[in-house]
Amino acid sequence: MTPELKGFILVGSIKAGIVFGLLFLAIAFVTWLERRVAAWIQNRIGPNRTGPQGLFQPIADGLKNFVKEELIPGEANKVLFILAPAMAFVPSMLLFAVIPFAAPLPLNFDFTLPLLGRFVHTGAVPMIIADLPIGFLFILAMSSLAVYGIVFAGWASGNKYSLLGGLRSCAQMVSYEIALGLSLIPVLLVAGNVRLTEIVSVQQNSLWFILPLTVAFVFFVISALAENNRLPFDLPEAEGELVGGYHTEYSSMRFAIFFLAEYGALITMSALMATFFFGGWDIPGNWDEGEPSVLVSLATLIVFVFKTFFFVFCYIWIRWTLPRFRFDQLMSLGWKVLLPVGLLYVMVLAAAMLAFDTMGMEWGVWYALALFAVNVVLLGALFWGLDRNRLIWGQKLQREGRA
Amino acid sequence: MAIGVKVVKRPEEQISYLRATLKGMAITFRHLIAPKWTMQYPEEKSADDWTISDRWRGTHRMLTDEQGRAKCVACGLCPQICPANCIKLVPGEDEQGHRYPLIYEIDEFRCVFCGYCQEVCPEEAIHVGVHYENAEFDRGRFVYDLERLCAQTHPVSSLWDPADPKGE
Repeated sequence: MTPELKGFILVGSIKAGIVFGLLFLAIAFVTWLERRVAAWIQNRIGPNRTGPQGLFQPIADGLKNFVKEELIPGEANKVLFILAPAMAFVPSMLLFAVIPFAAPLPLNFDFTLPLLGRFVHTGAVPMIIADLPIGFLFILAMSSLAVYGIVFAGWASGNKYSLLGGLRSCAQMVSYEIALGLSLIPVLLVAGNVRLTEIVSVQQNSLWFILPLTVAFVFFVISALAENNRLPFDLPEAEGELVGGYHTEYSSMRFAIFFLAEYGALITMSALMATFFFGGWDIPGNWDEGEPSVLVSLATLIVFVFKTFFFVFCYIWIRWTLPRFRFDQLMSLGWKVLLPVGLLYVMVLAAAMLAFDTMGMEWGVWYALALFAVNVVLLGALFWGLDRNRLIWGQKLQREGRA
Repeated sequence: MAIGVKVVKRPEEQISYLRATLKGMAITFRHLIAPKWTMQYPEEKSADDWTISDRWRGTHRMLTDEQGRAKCVACGLCPQICPANCIKLVPGEDEQGHRYPLIYEIDEFRCVFCGYCQEVCPEEAIHVGVHYENAEFDRGRFVYDLERLCAQTHPVSSLWDPADPKGE
């Protein structure tokens, strides 16, 4: 191996270790945040005893889960039962590999270790674990894989409520996968690339995509809520009716792994919202676009974390506000609203872009603002329709007594 | 649609999802930043608008006279009236003919904290207390003997007063 390759492997493995370590830390923090925000919304204080402000509560919970007994129900399919938590956990972690989380970090070293030999690294390290040229497709593929863990867990438990939870999650995630993909197609249209670092740099050079693609963002948030099984779409778990759904029969660390997977997916989805629509690690202004430096990397990392946790907070806020949908409402929202309207939006947006291109406009801030104007009109129409129940057809038919 | 379901025609602002959702989010956010109601128990035992009632009937206390002896004259009314049968009383008598309890034990596990013992006591000796922190590490410690009952220092319950039923 050349010294450069060794340096690359060293940097890459350290980066992966740090990122996943921090991701676990963030998951622990989010479980704490969820409980605290829930408490605040209910005019309570929440867990504040273990450590400063209760911050060590997740550690205590983790320890408790480690020492608890692991139960396998007699009716369970043992192999799948043990495999399922890992199958749910791994995809939600893998997703984070393609998300750029800071500006490139300059790193130069040249040293020699006994036995291992010489390590050399020059230039900037991209602050992303794997800058896959198919980043976007990887996200869609991996987030679909997570459904297998949940379905297997529901089926292998040998419990009818778990099975119902698994079935619901299967139907829900498969349906909203399409809406999620459709809501990201406008991003591809505008960015012209599926590589996430490119999507971020396009936003850096013009406007954050929240402006030219507002409607897509709304769709993305709705389908991300459904993909993550969060309220108001938490039918696979539905503790009120399915006693926890697919993870009813799980105890101790196997349950904790489902928990980690769920919150990992939550953080990843929030990070994706920040990346696709809020400029990723971009700070408004130009000063973060010059030469790579440690200061810029750190500042952009902080901004990225801030954006991500803002969306995590929104998730929690929504969870403790909205009640759960009925299953047929969930399905009709996914198939009868998000799918056709999403398709329509893609077509309208593509037509608008074609029109702008024909008029000879170059991609840039003005182009983005023109798209924003189109989006405002569309958003107004969409909300006008939603507000008057014109889009939820079942409801409209019911009101007219035709259903 | 199921049989017999009546669909009420409502004005559109009442069935609007979007307005209802936004209103709900605003309400929860107001609660998020609103002052909290939690009383942090071991540190705070009463708040501005709540304190333990002086009618609270908790674990017992035996009052003593100036010489530090229990006021009890072992008349036997409290074990008689006790609905839970948790008071054990063995009377004794000294040379001057004063009756006193040889054994006086209350099993706080069996006690239902009705307060009848305090109401029936002619000497105002046994009382239920305004006290609730009575955890122990051992079940046996819940049988309070006379010495322990006399050693309690917490305030005693004022009980319910028929002349003032609402506590005003």
